[in-house]
Amino acid sequence: MSDMTMTVSGGSGAEEALRFHVAEDHHPENATLLGFWLYLMSDCLIFACLFAAYGVLGREYAGGPSAKEVLELPIVALNTTLLLLSSITYGFAVLEMQQNRRGPMMAWLIVTWFLGAGFISLELTEFMHLVSIGAGPGRSAFLSSFFTLVGTHGLHVTSGLIWMIVLLVQVGKKGLIPANKRRLMCLSMFWHFLDVVWVGVFSFVYLMGVLS
Amino acid sequence: MSDHTPHAHDDGHHEHAHDGVEQIHVSLKGYMTGFAAAAFLTILPFWLVMSGAFSKTGPADAFILLFAAVQIVVHMVYFLHLNAKSEGGWNMLALVFTIVLVVITLSGSIWIMYHLNQNMMPSMMKDVRSLP
Amino acid sequence: MTFHSPDLGKLIFGRLTLDDIPYHEPILIFTFLGVAIGAIAVLGAITYYRKWGYLWSEWFTSVDHKKIGIMYIVLALIMLLRGFADALMMRGQQAIAFGAHEGYLPAHHYDQIFTAHGTIMIFFVAMPFITGLINFVMPLQIGSRDVAFPFLNNFSFWMTVSGAVLVMASLFIGVFARTGWLAYPPLSELPASPDSGVDYWIWGLQIAGVGTTLSGINMIATIVKMRAPGMTMMKMPIFTWTALLANVLIVAAFPVLTATLALLALDRYAGTHFFTNDLGGNYMMYVNLIWVWGHPEVYILVLPAFGVYSEVTSTFSRKRLFGYASMVYATVVIAVLSYLVWLHHFFTMGSGASVNSFFGITTMIISIPTGAKIFNWMFTMYRGRIVYDVPMLWVVAFIVTFVIGGMTGVLLAVPPADFELHNSLFLIAHFHNVIIGGVLFGMFAGVNYWFPKAFGFRLDPFWGKVSFWFWVVGFYFAFMPLYWLGLMGVTRRLRHFDDPSLQIWFEIAAFGAILILIGIAAMIVQFAVSILHRDKLRDTTGDPWHGRTLEWSTSSPPPPYNFAFTPQVHDIDTWWQMKQYKWRRPVEGFLPIHMPKNTGTGVYLAVLSLIFGFAMVWYMWLIAAISFVALLAVAIHHTFNYDRDYYIPADEVGRVETARAGA
Repeated sequence: MSDMTMTVSGGSGAEEALRFHVAEDHHPENATLLGFWLYLMSDCLIFACLFAAYGVLGREYAGGPSAKEVLELPIVALNTTLLLLSSITYGFAVLEMQQNRRGPMMAWLIVTWFLGAGFISLELTEFMHLVSIGAGPGRSAFLSSFFTLVGTHGLHVTSGLIWMIVLLVQVGKKGLIPANKRRLMCLSMFWHFLDVVWVGVFSFVYLMGVLS
Repeated sequence: MSDHTPHAHDDGHHEHAHDGVEQIHVSLKGYMTGFAAAAFLTILPFWLVMSGAFSKTGPADAFILLFAAVQIVVHMVYFLHLNAKSEGGWNMLALVFTIVLVVITLSGSIWIMYHLNQNMMPSMMKDVRSLP
Repeated sequence: MTFHSPDLGKLIFGRLTLDDIPYHEPILIFTFLGVAIGAIAVLGAITYYRKWGYLWSEWFTSVDHKKIGIMYIVLALIMLLRGFADALMMRGQQAIAFGAHEGYLPAHHYDQIFTAHGTIMIFFVAMPFITGLINFVMPLQIGSRDVAFPFLNNFSFWMTVSGAVLVMASLFIGVFARTGWLAYPPLSELPASPDSGVDYWIWGLQIAGVGTTLSGINMIATIVKMRAPGMTMMKMPIFTWTALLANVLIVAAFPVLTATLALLALDRYAGTHFFTNDLGGNYMMYVNLIWVWGHPEVYILVLPAFGVYSEVTSTFSRKRLFGYASMVYATVVIAVLSYLVWLHHFFTMGSGASVNSFFGITTMIISIPTGAKIFNWMFTMYRGRIVYDVPMLWVVAFIVTFVIGGMTGVLLAVPPADFELHNSLFLIAHFHNVIIGGVLFGMFAGVNYWFPKAFGFRLDPFWGKVSFWFWVVGFYFAFMPLYWLGLMGVTRRLRHFDDPSLQIWFEIAAFGAILILIGIAAMIVQFAVSILHRDKLRDTTGDPWHGRTLEWSTSSPPPPYNFAFTPQVHDIDTWWQMKQYKWRRPVEGFLPIHMPKNTGTGVYLAVLSLIFGFAMVWYMWLIAAISFVALLAVAIHHTFNYDRDYYIPADEVGRVETARAGA
């Protein structure tokens, strides 16, 4: 809030000094970044449920393939690399945004987009391979929870990619106005948040799954 | 619960002064540090598992989870620019609360369901599983 | 239905056929006729009086938190009538279906009724009620001009309406779920429930859930960011505190519901095996997850009601709330503990002694902060000059009723006792005791308390008291017998009984339901009489109850911008202090006021969601795909609109303020 708070409430003991309204123009702070952060926290809990489902059902192979048999670490390592790289390229985009350099910002965003798209195509390839060898989501509770957890992360990345296109158009049309900067920061949080979830996925599902 | 910090530059450009974007401090150094740490924390567990250095599951699982936890903190600090002061501390408060709930949901569910499996018809459960 | 090309019919209509329209069930035909005649009358009247444009531009597309709050409460009251009609039918059936008499409801209809009753009462009565009250009151209490995200607020409301409409549609197209309000698998899985019922339930709740979650985020951001200068956290009105914590719980709990429903939907639509009996699925995992949401949900409902009681008690006792800080801490403790008790809903599933004792003890611990609150209210009343207006009557009824309900809750928290009482009518009596006595009484207190703020005239006290007495007496007649029946071992959701000695208790319960019916009728009369006599009940001061918090400092109804000048806060009961310092509303020096513009996007998105949900229920894949793409397109299109606000010019503000001063 404004500086008013400090000066007036300091003198609340002196009765005649009390003012009960702000005579000046009063603007509350913009709440978009906080609101988006709260949304991310709620998303976090959706993932917590999917992780819990995987934690409970992830060893229920029902006579079907086990985690060790179907999970292939080299693909996941490559995928993780792509996602991590896309994170740092988004970081470069934010750095350019802060310098108000629209062209380089958009260039880094496009690089990020292709890295994200690469991640999604690799994931889809992995999924199609699993389905083709009879290890689809309907085979066992393990595969149901695996596909749902990893797929939900993939869906989030996909929506991030759609959002990125929308933002590229909007920045192209309107430039780096405050509203667009705010949106870029929201997408930045979203993108890095998906990284955090992915860290959980590759550790909890892939690495620990292969070891089991 | 703290009050909001007053703005240093309340110059009438409300969009600038109030939207919080300007208050996020990003730097190339921060991103590169974060990236290096994240890369290290990713490559190490992958290498340990893929090279076969981890043979037993017990401590290996703990190590993997530890690496994951550290890497999540790295991402939070260097990529999500989280600190105790952003948004008047509310971001951190929301995160801590969420982590508590995530831990309760995850560990609670696994604990409850494990005990259920232990208590309910253990012999039959095994029989079902050994079927082809 | 006959089509030359069956594939085309299937593509468009999915599995919907003429047989799904229940034209062979007389009860539903008469219901449909009643609803249709009522709808035609209302729509005709709106058309006749040319009010469509007014409704659209002043209400449906409004981003004003006050109007959205009122619309939420209207939705809650309408759905209350539907949910209560279900309750009356159940009570009627159980009172007569003994021995050779089968009652008047066939099993498949009765099962839908108890499912719909629970679903509607929780999701479409209690939730809109609290969201509506929070929406209307909270921004006024914190001295704000609107919520943090006004458009999102409008969108959230319409998503809730969409979910409600989808659930109502199941009355006349297809069937509703026959699974109980939480749809436990394996009964809710495809093999046992292949019809449209569970799908209506899933999509209705998912669509409404989007609105609830977004509204929760919106309210938290509003309270955190938009409090008037000087209002530190510990100077916030207590209702705002409870609103904050209820919304924290919403944001933390509703995602769990969303995820759980999504997993059930995947089982039903995509053939996965989360909760199935075969291939490794575990249906107790569903029960576990749904109660991770379900228990906090109870506190989401009751915390704002606690806030209402606090405000009303303090206002009508003419005293500052006793133990403000302890009230805040008790609320925080309840909110956190509400996440550590969910297993008490399924002690009997067999997790064993260690798990059951942990959750039994955490449950009992919750009664401590709750008890502290009860004492705080009573100490607030102690030596106060209590004015027994209608809102205060509800508070007193609440304290008595809620203590009974709370104590039976502590009984149920003891696992060995729960093994006896689980799923018995004792449980039904308990949770109606706390939800009606705790939540609903609070909402009625709130409606009577804030109605003059919303409309500028008070509700008629005579009919308010008639409604109050019939409700309260009816409640005891309706639910006390159920405790007794539960102790004798009668389980819930039964359609027919063999033991004739039980019948008298069910007849008493049915009598209680009729008393409540009269209470509801009196409430409707109260609204009608108050509107007719509005000039006599008019309040020109803006402060009819000698209130203590900021919402009473502005006029009734408040202007669109709430406050011409943002208030400066020094104390908890700001308005009380302002009155003591003889503060006068400024009459000059007005400034232009920054306001958000109305938009119809929320309505469009909600209608598309409704079409999408309906198409998913009936497997109309083509329509589902089209509506989903349209949904995305409209949402993205909305983000291209940067011109979302305007200024009310200073002289316009001055004109409104002068008119208010003269009124």
